[in-house]
Amino acid sequence: MEVLFSIIVGVLFAISVYLLLSGSLIRLLLGIFVLGNATHLMIFVVGRLTQNAPPLIPDGLKVAETVIANPLPQALILTAIVISFSLFSFLLVLAFRAYQSLETVETDDMREAEPVTAHAPLRGRDV
Amino acid sequence: MFENPGWLVVWPVVIPLLSAALAATAWGNSRSQATIGVGGLAAQLIASVALFSHVWDHGPVAMSMGGWQAPFGIALAADTLGAGLTMVGSLVGLIVAIHSIGTTDENHRKAGFFPLLLALMTGVAGAFMTSDIFNLYVWFEVTLISSFGLIVLGGRREQIDGAIKYAFLNLIATTLLLIAIALLYGLTGTLNMADLAGKEALLPQDSAVETIVLLFLVSLGMKAALFPLYFWLPAAYHTPLPTVSAIFAALLTKVGVYSLIRVFTLVFPESGDIAREVMIWVAVATMVLGALGALAESDIRRFVSFTVVSGVGVMVGGLAIGSELAFLGTVFYFIHSIIISAALFIAAGMISAAGKATRVEELAGLYKRAPYLAVAFLIVGLSLSGVPPLAGFWPKVYLVQAGHEAGSTLLVAGILVSGFLTLVAVGRAFALIFWRTGEDEAPVPEAGPLVKGSIGVLAVMTFVIGLYSAPVVEMASRSAGELLAPDAYIKTVLEGPSAAQSEGIPSAALTDTKEATQ
Repeated sequence: MEVLFSIIVGVLFAISVYLLLSGSLIRLLLGIFVLGNATHLMIFVVGRLTQNAPPLIPDGLKVAETVIANPLPQALILTAIVISFSLFSFLLVLAFRAYQSLETVETDDMREAEPVTAHAPLRGRDV
Repeated sequence: MFENPGWLVVWPVVIPLLSAALAATAWGNSRSQATIGVGGLAAQLIASVALFSHVWDHGPVAMSMGGWQAPFGIALAADTLGAGLTMVGSLVGLIVAIHSIGTTDENHRKAGFFPLLLALMTGVAGAFMTSDIFNLYVWFEVTLISSFGLIVLGGRREQIDGAIKYAFLNLIATTLLLIAIALLYGLTGTLNMADLAGKEALLPQDSAVETIVLLFLVSLGMKAALFPLYFWLPAAYHTPLPTVSAIFAALLTKVGVYSLIRVFTLVFPESGDIAREVMIWVAVATMVLGALGALAESDIRRFVSFTVVSGVGVMVGGLAIGSELAFLGTVFYFIHSIIISAALFIAAGMISAAGKATRVEELAGLYKRAPYLAVAFLIVGLSLSGVPPLAGFWPKVYLVQAGHEAGSTLLVAGILVSGFLTLVAVGRAFALIFWRTGEDEAPVPEAGPLVKGSIGVLAVMTFVIGLYSAPVVEMASRSAGELLAPDAYIKTVLEGPSAAQSEGIPSAALTDTKEATQ
């Protein structure tokens, strides 16, 4: 089970790296999305997979008697999903706004903040 | 309930969080938003001073959330370094908030400037004081989402462009951090940093640990703006409002450096060696290339961005050496850098407001037209380059001495060369902007008293720390000792605040409890 999931995680990471190396904002967004999901799946796998054993401890006991699923990765993933969802929503809006005001989705054409200009001559009376 | 000293750790995080919520309810009223913003940060400063004085007198404090004792619960903990940096950070945050009253207009405040600033300060204080490594990731995301809001505030075209680069690269960096944390959890089964400290010896020294160590270096190095991952910083930091740049430069990259220090002293004191070899080259490249970038840059705010990058290199250089003296220098430089980065961006904002331009070629003759600004910029700039007797001089003395003792000629040369290049860059900027006679002799628009006051206070701080550095040296020296021997911190986190008071528990007893928990 863990080997299969590890391979799936690896494939997802490969896909996200491929997408993130692109120059187009749309592909970058998809890459971020896949990267986030690959990470969530990975947290699940590193917590070890247990089948058909919900993390419930019967009344009156302090420790479960049999092997149960690890509840911590689920809590971690829930946190990470909420965070990555909200940040991804922000990125979507930001990318759309960039498309509207910069009129491009190619990152190579976004030179507004770092314009490629030759050095201007000094302006002053005695230089 | 409040007799537990652990509550002291909670207030510096909770106060700005509550103030952010309160400021958000006052959405339409920009005046009360400003009052809540400054008031909240002043309260955070008071809380962190109380925390620091307690930590100074009684040693580290810790508090487990929800009463779940560590390592199972999430703990907040403060030692001298965490409490001290929270204190300096909230002081500079307060100064920047006061500065922002003079520079933000109605539109910025209605778009949520103060709630976002308070949320940012919450995240920074949380990151300085958490002792849970997953929680550290959460605080990173808190600072990240509020910084996204702040960087686009105003919505000019270049801001959108800068924000795209800033947002994508920082999000990838925090996801890499999450991957590193997940792998570490898979190997050790714990997330508590104090608990992880005891687990390191049990880890097999193989490629799995090396991968995790290097992933931490890459992800946190990206957040801290280390070579070759710093390019997002000069692409973005010059675009937002000057006051936003000031708080970003003062605190955001510092959170990355702080986390590097924590991870490599507490979690990987031994297995981090593989990263230290890389780290020293990376640190020297960062400081020298940052200074060269500053020298080549003609946009005044991008010039400041590059000096921030250079400073990150100096701090990480100290971490790479890892001796007590090196940590002393690093912690001192950390405090100096928080003050100086905020001051430089405030000065850059004032320069472009006074000269109505951002490029040094177009700015001229400001010495006569804005003498106050000229003096403040000169003090801050010389302190940045490390000219005695200003505050920037002392940490570099300690770091050069530490590098010499450790036999690292590379670090010594890097610090001296980058300091010299920075001095040339500052001199060039000062000569072009202030000394050069300009065509325009018209008086500049007078900066408001709050703007002048904030840069004045920061310049005086760096001057006074330079002349009377003993308290800072003492604080940095105690932090360095605690970083290298974190027994008290670990004991406090794992055994609750009561354990800290009962001095003299032999360290053998400590390892016993740790083995029992495994």
